[in-house]
Amino acid sequence: MKIDLKAIEDTARELYIRALKVLPPDIKQGFDQLVRNESVPRAQGVLRTMMTNIEVAERTDNLLCQDTGVPIYNLRIGSGVEVDGHALKAAIRRGCERATREYPLRSSVVHPLTRRNEHTSCGIEVPVIHIDFVETTDFLDIEMIPKGSGSENNSFLKMAIPAEGIDAIKTFVVDCVVAAGGKTCPPTIVGVGLGGTSDLCVALAKRAATRPLGTRCDDPDGALLEDELSQAVNQLGVGPQGLGGDSTAFAVHIELAATHITMNPIAVNMQCHSARRARASFTPTGIHYGF
Amino acid sequence: MAHHELNTPVTEAQVRELHAGDTVTLQSTLFGIRDATQIHMFDRGRTTRFDLRGHAVIHTAPNVRRVTASPEFPAGYAPVCIGTTTSDRMERFTWPLMQQYGVRMIVGKGGLRADSLEAFAKLGGVYLAIVGGTAALESTWIEQIEDVDLDDLNPESLWKFRIRDFGPLLVAMDSHGNSLYEDVRHDVQERRTRVLAGLGVRTA
Repeated sequence: MKIDLKAIEDTARELYIRALKVLPPDIKQGFDQLVRNESVPRAQGVLRTMMTNIEVAERTDNLLCQDTGVPIYNLRIGSGVEVDGHALKAAIRRGCERATREYPLRSSVVHPLTRRNEHTSCGIEVPVIHIDFVETTDFLDIEMIPKGSGSENNSFLKMAIPAEGIDAIKTFVVDCVVAAGGKTCPPTIVGVGLGGTSDLCVALAKRAATRPLGTRCDDPDGALLEDELSQAVNQLGVGPQGLGGDSTAFAVHIELAATHITMNPIAVNMQCHSARRARASFTPTGIHYGF
Repeated sequence: MAHHELNTPVTEAQVRELHAGDTVTLQSTLFGIRDATQIHMFDRGRTTRFDLRGHAVIHTAPNVRRVTASPEFPAGYAPVCIGTTTSDRMERFTWPLMQQYGVRMIVGKGGLRADSLEAFAKLGGVYLAIVGGTAALESTWIEQIEDVDLDDLNPESLWKFRIRDFGPLLVAMDSHGNSLYEDVRHDVQERRTRVLAGLGVRTA
């Protein structure tokens, strides 16, 4: 399957705008579940305002949140796809830039030292583009995630040691949620990365935080720990917006990798309640949009 | 738990009538302010031509569209999506914002800390919590971008919005030493011990 780079560019543009406007169905269901179980009236009210916002955004065709985030594009490329990888990345970048200029979106991206904003949502190494490969032959898939800064500013890494064991993991996750309080725009998806090297561990945490609700860690021990921690963080009482309540997190998600005999790395990355993502799949029958 | 309709600017007496847990709906004018705006105002000696005395500021950097200036768009900007950012990063600006500019109300999300609470008590101010991440809704409460200053910092300019029925907002920190965030933090610290015990964590 040959990939048309102009179609990639247009799709990258479209995905950024779509992601900012419509929340995936799993997140909407997550809200339904939280509001059913919430026992604190003020927290109920906060959740209902968030749900109203989702409706207003769709009705008025507006962005859910003013934070256009750091744009992230995750690509999966099938084995039968013919594409110039370098040109593919350039096309994604052009699409991101065009979405920002043409819509127009607020460019939230600046140089880390000069703080200069190019007003394109692009800069050195941004948009973040991850490329992975899959066995499916005629298939190319782009997932777009605008990662908001309120939640991203509360990202944590701890290089624990083996003697500290799983207790260190549980304590660290709980303490990150406590430390983040209302700053992450809870209810959040708490993404936990375990194992790997420090950089891989942080990347795993991001992958976990942006995984659809209802999905589970592939590793059975990881999945059990997800259940345990999901229950635990919602007993902390942080609540929506840090104003108290049962709904601190939609879920705790874990992604894990093998690690060194001397290491026990733990990373936490959170996704705010506006857990935005959009997807487009390129197949022989055309481009299909979804979440 | 009273509800207050407030036309900005307000007096110190009006602000001191607000208590944590009350709700407020703002009318008339609201100023948008952000990290870079305040870094430039308080660290780099920039000043604004706006009179902020008695006013409310909101922690924001909006999505806007540049248009030809007209009576409908006096600043040459049409609002696209206007929301609220995390206040905590701007904690150190509460005192100068109130002392030097006379601001009385800060609208934000996630709360401010003990220093701000002290400023609210000493100088007469409040923190009004909005539900973060609900910008589509918030945008419907903004009628117009009336004016803009320090626009070289765009999108972190100092914005002047004309608002209508902006709220309800929750009085989360008042001028009487009360902070809903502090109450929650104390409760969370107590629960933390029980939660860790429930997870079977052996604490030292």
